[in-house]
Parts: sequence; structure tokens; C-alpha cells
Amino acid sequence: MNQPDAPTDMLPPIEDVGGAAQPLLQVNGLTKHFPVRGDLFSARKTVRAVDDVSFSIAKGETVGIVGESGCGKSTTARLLMHLMQRDSGDIIYDGMTVGRALSLRELRRGMQMVFQDSYASLNPRLTIEQSIAFGPKVHGMADAPARALARELLGKVGLRPEVFANRYPHEVSGGQRQRVNIARALALSPRLVILDEAVSALDKSVEAQVLNLLVDLKREFGLTYLFISHDLNVVRYISDRVLVMYLGEVVELGPVDRVWDAPAHPYTRALLAAMPSSDPDHRTETPPISGDPPNPIDPPSGCRFHTRCPFAEPLCANATPKLTALDTMGHQAACYMAIPGSGHSRAPAQGANAI
Amino acid sequence: MLVYVARRIVYVIPIVLSVALVCFMLVHITPGDPLVAILPADASQELANQLRAAYGFDRPLPVQFGLWLWRALNGDLGHSIATGRPVLSEVMRAVGNTVTLAIAAAMIGFSLGLFFGLIAGYFRDTWIDKVATSIAIAGVSVPHYWLGMVLVIIFSVELNWLPAVGAGPGGSSAWGWDWEHIRYLILPAITTSVIPMGIITRTVRALTGDILSQDFVEALRAKGLHETHVFRHVIKNAAPTALAVMGLQLGYMLGGSILIETVFSWPGSGLLLNSAIFQRDLPLLQGTILVLALFFVLLNLIVDIVQASIDPRIKRS
Amino acid sequence: MSAITDAALQAAPADKARGYWATVGRRIRRDKVSMACAFILVAIFIAAVLAPWLGLADPYQGSMIRRLRHIGTPGYPLGTDELGRDMLARLIYGGRLSLVIGILPVILGFLIGTSLGLVAGYVGGKVNTAIMRTVDVFYAFPSVLLAIAISGALGAGIVNSIVSLTIVFVPQITRVAESVTTGVRNMDFVEAARASGAGPFTIMRVHMLGNVLGSIFVYATGLISVSMILAAGLSFLGLGTKPPEPEWGLMLNTLRTAIYVNPWVAALPGGMIFAVSICFNLLSDGMRSAMDIRN
Repeated sequence: MNQPDAPTDMLPPIEDVGGAAQPLLQVNGLTKHFPVRGDLFSARKTVRAVDDVSFSIAKGETVGIVGESGCGKSTTARLLMHLMQRDSGDIIYDGMTVGRALSLRELRRGMQMVFQDSYASLNPRLTIEQSIAFGPKVHGMADAPARALARELLGKVGLRPEVFANRYPHEVSGGQRQRVNIARALALSPRLVILDEAVSALDKSVEAQVLNLLVDLKREFGLTYLFISHDLNVVRYISDRVLVMYLGEVVELGPVDRVWDAPAHPYTRALLAAMPSSDPDHRTETPPISGDPPNPIDPPSGCRFHTRCPFAEPLCANATPKLTALDTMGHQAACYMAIPGSGHSRAPAQGANAI
Repeated sequence: MLVYVARRIVYVIPIVLSVALVCFMLVHITPGDPLVAILPADASQELANQLRAAYGFDRPLPVQFGLWLWRALNGDLGHSIATGRPVLSEVMRAVGNTVTLAIAAAMIGFSLGLFFGLIAGYFRDTWIDKVATSIAIAGVSVPHYWLGMVLVIIFSVELNWLPAVGAGPGGSSAWGWDWEHIRYLILPAITTSVIPMGIITRTVRALTGDILSQDFVEALRAKGLHETHVFRHVIKNAAPTALAVMGLQLGYMLGGSILIETVFSWPGSGLLLNSAIFQRDLPLLQGTILVLALFFVLLNLIVDIVQASIDPRIKRS
Repeated sequence: MSAITDAALQAAPADKARGYWATVGRRIRRDKVSMACAFILVAIFIAAVLAPWLGLADPYQGSMIRRLRHIGTPGYPLGTDELGRDMLARLIYGGRLSLVIGILPVILGFLIGTSLGLVAGYVGGKVNTAIMRTVDVFYAFPSVLLAIAISGALGAGIVNSIVSLTIVFVPQITRVAESVTTGVRNMDFVEAARASGAGPFTIMRVHMLGNVLGSIFVYATGLISVSMILAAGLSFLGLGTKPPEPEWGLMLNTLRTAIYVNPWVAALPGGMIFAVSICFNLLSDGMRSAMDIRN
């Protein structure tokens, strides 16, 4: 109680060292391949779950990641959280490399995660209060203040502590459990919260409530979000910028309005076209993509989308297109049709300026 | 499928080798000199040394294991100390009788288990279910050697309907499928069947419940299909798993026959094992256990392969 | 719909919350079969422990003229055995050794198997492979055969019988413990605990043990039934206890010759094994369904 403005002590957040211009998180060339166990009768194979993914998240920003299931969204989240060893790539938090300037333990406080399954992500044998207080206690807070903090945070996520603190996860609804999970993540005073399909399993009405809560909490605690979802409407609502992933690679990224209004990658266009539109006059001509995504164990050569792309040409199968800037607002796409002079028949002419 | 079979067989090889190693080591965890059992009490040191060299006990353990394994692969499991006859032929003759007993028990256990399991699952939570599951629990909880005694008391001592011990005229060697022999088989077979009966009842009851709660059964009923057809459907879906469980149980019956064979003096591998233990006939003990364990591994392998050929989902996992 | 539920729950009184184990306890107390079994087992236990103070006849004192009396003989409510010893006294005293040799292997197996399974499941990788492949070897033997093989090789005796049965149960409990641990370890709340920076021992203590021990314990309780049958079975074969010690399996063996004279007295010790075995089985079933709260 030594801070007069805060009724309950929180763990001090990781100090801002880089200033406002320093991205909170920089990810360069993040790669994770899973070996698929072979034996005497079948060769070893690898799943390229995440392949050379780079992006950054500015302080106070919300970045969305969209893509079909199996595209590597959740693996990316777990790699960022250091819950899984990455094969290569750098993860830089506020200018500090994890393991050097910033210890893993400190990173845990600076970055927290909310999982999709609200039930599985709470220990069924602990009360809600105990679950929230666990993290602060791991970081050295005594039991009583940690419990007080847990109750305080329950209030912040819209759950009356006197009702919920001593309940067990199976005694509350899905929406309430996800609020608990958010409170648990906030208990370590993180600056970055990764929301891995955090609202996807909820009913639509509850989902809207939780989304609004997330927006409020962001303002109150000055948070930065990485918001992972397959629901394009939700991503558009909450995100400032968006990353589109396909089979472990980023195919397009940019400000959410730019990407939605002028999708440059045929995969993004197809995703958007597959979205149910409420306006019958507002239809895209792009046909929805057919078939399932190819097996990530054996990704296609070149542009991984070429097997399902209506505009694929021989060069698409030969080499992987690089992410290329389309404008000065950070809109980028990895498609030969967006790269001037790439040789694709639909590419803009060499020297033509898309800006 | 062929790849699956080949893969399963390859995976079994290390298991078989380890089983052989465990059987080999059995003799060496025996307290004291393994020769003690073989040697006459008044044997001279010279004779002991001669025998030690003859049995190869003077060599290092890995060498002994290698030699033993090589001979075993060639069908030579040594000679029984008590009778002097080759262990393999003694064991195989006894195993034949145990297989007879196990198959009879399997037929009883399987049909009763299937029956009780089906009616218990079909009439779930009624008194029929309660009776059937009680029988199943009693089946897996009863000390079967005691059940054997009780059956002997009732049917041999009190009623004098069936013989109490033995395998009929001709003793251990001349088995035949006629009443003179079968009446000796009835009591031990019933006794042996109670455990698989209980296990299969439980399995089939759970399966039946699962199948009946599935959508396709609803669809069948909605189509106006008679309940006997629904029942037939349930049997068709439950039978393969029940058979697989039965196959595994057959292995347990072969290996676990010692207590029942002792109660009924049934001349099978269990009774042989019993005498090997009490006469300290170590080669016979080792050989019997090896053969029974190999039968068990082989049965497991066959069950796996047959199951995979019926249910293609298994191959993927 | 869920907004209504939310509001309703918000308004619910705060004292509704109940711990998992409290709920399980309440459910099991409502289960008549489990409670009856628990009562029978407790009665047999207490009788065995208090045997010397129950005013029973001397279980070792035989008499050549009072051999194989029938059940209900005055002074011998359960008759006498083949050496004229009081059956009631021997059955109650017999519980001491029978319960110890039947239950101790499961307790030892539980301790060893749970430790191995927790390590295999939590550490994973090569450690898991090493532990689980070793366990597979023991799975290649039917349990009765394995118990008798080890017991037969080690020689007769109480300690050897306990050792051989422990060796039978360790692999079985290890397998269950490993699969439960692996299942819990892959759950999101363990990930979340790692994400909050907790070390492996803290996670093990706070998040794993409470979620895995229950199911392993219930499984082990079910094994006591098998263990009682096998332990008495080893004695029945002459591989366990030595006469004149009262022990149910051994009593069944020595009375076997008496079935033509006084069959129902001869069958009594087996009835005791059966009673204990079925009670543990039913109790284990009851505990399992009481713990399955989500249904």
C-alpha cells in the first residue's frame, strides 16, 4: 500500500527503455520446423510450421494475425512466449534481446498470453483467486498481497471478487472464465498481451462483451496486443495492423484498412471473399478458394499458394516471392502480381509506382 | 497394410529379446549357486566344477546369455533336471493341454461376456444392467482358484456329477473331444472363464452404450427399423473389439493357468511350472516361462494385426 | 442467454463455491455401494488389527480330537481346521498377514510407478523413451506368470512375494501415471504456468500433482483387488507364507485336502479374499465415477 494512487500493489512493469519510437516487439526470421518421426519404413520429414516470419509491433498498437487453421498462428504465439524453442530468428523486446539484456524471467512479466480454451487454461483444482495469484507469487509477491491483487483484477475484468474469487473454473461460464484468464495474464503487469484465439470459442454476444473489455483494459493499462484469430470481422474491429499467414509464411501485412480495402495477395482476397457479407451490393468477384490448405509437411515449392491460386504462372512455382512494400504506409505483400517487373503477366510494369 | 505388418513385426523383435533376457536372468536372481539344485547334497568339489563347466556357468554372463539365446533359437532349451527329457518337448506337450483349456474357457467367457455386456448396455440403468454388471465385477474380483474349489465342492463332492481332478482317461497325453474327456474339462474351463467373462462384459457394455448413443442408430430407428435390427447393428459394431479383448485374454489365460491347473491337477503348462518351481528344476522353469511369454507376445501381435486389418483407423496412430 | 446466466451468477451467493475434493467426497458419501464396501473393509481391518484383544481362541493352538468341526459347532462358530484350530480366530488373525501382503505391493508400486510415470511424462523425450520401453518389456508377460516366475526364482517367503508383486505392479502404474501426466502436461494451464515464469518443480507441485494423483490413486485402488488375489494365490501355491502362520491363501491350500470331509469350512478363507477383493473393486469404481464430475 505504499502507492497512494493504487489501492493494491501490482508488480512493477518492465521499464520502458527504448522510448516511443522503439517497437515493443521485433521479430526477425522466426522459423520453427517440426520433425515428423520417421522409422525404418518412412523417411524423416519436417513440418514447416513457421518459416522466416518477420514483423514488429509498436508500443500501444494492436496487431492482428489471420489465417486458416494450421497456418502457424498459434505456433508463432508459443514461439514468441518462449514456450517452444525456435529453430532460428530473433525476438527483440523493447530493443533488448531475450537471454542477453533481458532475462527470460523478466520477459515472462513483460509478455503474457491468453489461450483459446478458457477451461483448459485454468487449473481445475485451484480457485480463480489462486490461479490469478499464482503468477505474482512466482515473481516473489507474498501470498496476501497476491490474493488482494487477484481480487482487484477480478473487479477490473468485470467479475465481482466476493462472488468469484473462491470459485472453481467449472463453476463459472465460458465468458467469465476467459475474463479470469485475462485477469491472470494482467497479474504480471505485462506490456504486451498475446491473445491466441482468445474470443473464438465464445458465443457471439459474450465475444462482443469480452472484446469491449479488451479495448477498455488496453486503454487503462496502456497495453499492446497481438491478436490472433481466424475471424476476420473481429480482427478488423480490434486491430490497427494485420498480418496474413499462409502455411507458416506471412503473405501480406499492413494497416488493417489498407489490407481490407485493397488486398494485394490473392489469398487475402480469397479470405475476404469467403467472409459472409451483410451487403448484397458489396460483393467481390474473386472466387472463394477451393480445397483444403496443402499439407504443411510437404509445402509446395515457390509461392506456397500457387497450388490454389487462380492466377498462378510457372514462375510462381519456381521461387518464393519476397514481401514487397506496396506503399509508404507499411502495406506489403509477397506476390509476384504485386512486384513490379517480376515477370508475372499481371505484375505492374517495371518502374511503375504503386504509391 | 503390409508395411504395417512389417513394422509391427520389427517392433516386436526388441521385446522378444528383452523377454528372453528376463527369462535368462530369472535363473541368476535365484539366491545361491544355480548348481545347488542340480548337485546331489554330497557332491564333491570336482563334480561341482565339472557340472559348472558343462552348464557354462563359469563363463561371463553376457557370453552365457548369447550361448543360451543361440541354443534357444535352435529349439534347444536344455534338459529338465528332474526327468532328463528336453525342456522344449515337455513344455510343448503341456502347453497343448493348456491351450485346450484356454480355448474352452475363451468360448464360454466370450459368449457369456458378449451376452451380459449387450443386455447390460442395451438396458442401461435398469435392474438387468445391475445384475449383469454385478456378475461382471464378481467375475474379475473372485479368486479363481477358490472358485475352482467351490465348484468342485458343489459338483464333485456334494452332487457327484463331474470329476474333481485330472484330464480323463489316458492322463496328460491322450486328449480327445469325447464326453469321457470333456467332463473333466467342464469345471476348470468354467473357472478359467470368469475373468474374461467379466472383462468382456464390461467392454461390451461400454461399447453398446457408445454405439446406441450415436447418430446413426437414431437414424436407423427414425427409418422405422425394428429393434432387432438395431440390436444386430450393435453386435456388428461391438464384436471386433470384443474379439480383440478376447484375444488378449487368451494370452493371460495361457500365462495365468498355474493356479487353476494346480487346483484341478490339469496337466498343462501351469502344473508343469508348479513342479518346476518346487523341484528347483531351473531349466524347466526358465523354458516354460519363455515359451508362455512368447505365446503371449505372439498373441498380442496377431490381435494388433487382425484389429488393424478390420479397423483402418488403427494403422494411422 | 449467456448474458442472463452471467447476471444470475453474479448475483449468486458467494458461499456456493466448493473445492474439488469436497465435491468428490460428498458424491462418494452418497453412493451406497461404495459406503457399504468401505464399511466392510474398515470392519475387516479393525478386526485384524485388534485381533489379540477380541477374546478369540489361540489361532495356533490345535487339537487332534477337534479337527474339522462344522460351521456352527458350539464354541467354534466357524468350525475348526484340519489341525483342530479355531477357524474364526484364524480367519481374523489371517487378515493381518493377508492384507499386508496384498496391499503393500500396491503401495510400493504406487510410490515407484508414480515417480517413474511423473518423470517420464513431465520430462518427455529420451527419458520417457528409456522408462517406457523398459516398462513394455514387463508388459510382455501376463501378470500372474510374471509374479510366479519371479517368486519362483527368488524362492518362497513373504518378502519375496511382496517384491515379486511390486515388480508386477510398477509397470502398470507407471503406464497410467505417464499417460495421465502427459495429458495434463499438454494442457494450456500448464503452458500458462510456464508462461508466468514458474520453474518445473513449482509447476509440478502446484499444477501437476493435484491433477494426476487422483486418477493414479484410483487405478491403484483397483489393483489392490488383483493384488489380494495374487498374493493369496502365491501363498496358496506355497510360494508365500509358511505354516503355521494364519494367512488366507495358505489356509485355503492346507484345507484343500479337507473338502471331502468338511467342504464349507475349507472354502471359508477364499470367501474372505473374495470379500476384500470385490470391496476394493467396487470402491475403486465408485471413486472413479465420483471423480468424474463433469458428467
